Amino acid sequence: MARVLLFGPLRDLAGWREREVEGSTLAELRARLQAEDAALGEAIAGPGVQVAVDQALVRGEVSISASAEVAFLPPMSGG
Amino acid sequence: MIGLTEAAFDPGALLSEFSLARQEVGAIASFTGLARAEAGQTQVLELEAYPGFTEARIAKIAEQARERFGLADLIVLHRVGKIGPGEPIVFVATASRHRRQAFEACDFLMDYLKSRAPFWKKEHGPDGARWIEPRAQDHADVARWEQEKKS
Repeated sequence: MARVLLFGPLRDLAGWREREVEGSTLAELRARLQAEDAALGEAIAGPGVQVAVDQALVRGEVSISASAEVAFLPPMSGG
Repeated sequence: MIGLTEAAFDPGALLSEFSLARQEVGAIASFTGLARAEAGQTQVLELEAYPGFTEARIAKIAEQARERFGLADLIVLHRVGKIGPGEPIVFVATASRHRRQAFEACDFLMDYLKSRAPFWKKEHGPDGARWIEPRAQDHADVARWEQEKKS
């Protein structure tokens, strides 16, 4: 179980900002989200989408602790 | 100083305060980014951040700038929430012994803030809302610093 956060266009696409999702690895979370909402599953796998676990950027596959915060970060545009 | 604020701010007042009581600083450069109206197409700009993470990422960028340019001090203040045309979105100021470092550090900080800091920008206009993606130019701008470092 992890607390999943969506930002920017991903939030609008999914229609939610924060949700508890079952899974003990990032791949499981992705699969769960994909099963619930194929468009979201595709979008979070898209180019330029970064992942932060407990507010640290991660690359590739990682395990997810029970109370982890997992954020999907679409391409950033500040300034 | 690094901060996010929902409230409008006065870049002039920030710059005046930043310039006070400096004995060994010979140069202060600053940059203010404003929300453009885009001929009425942008009525409101909405800036989203990831509280905690966004400040931490900006702190890392600021640390790189401090080291690379030997800055004595810097400010990054970024708006979040809803911003009207003409309002400041971002203010950066840098202080160093000599001017080149201050100018370049300002440029560096802005290039990283544009496409490497966790912000998402939505433009609300008469025809609805749209998310703004970083432009190819923004990526090219930030790549300059990475190439320069390697060479």
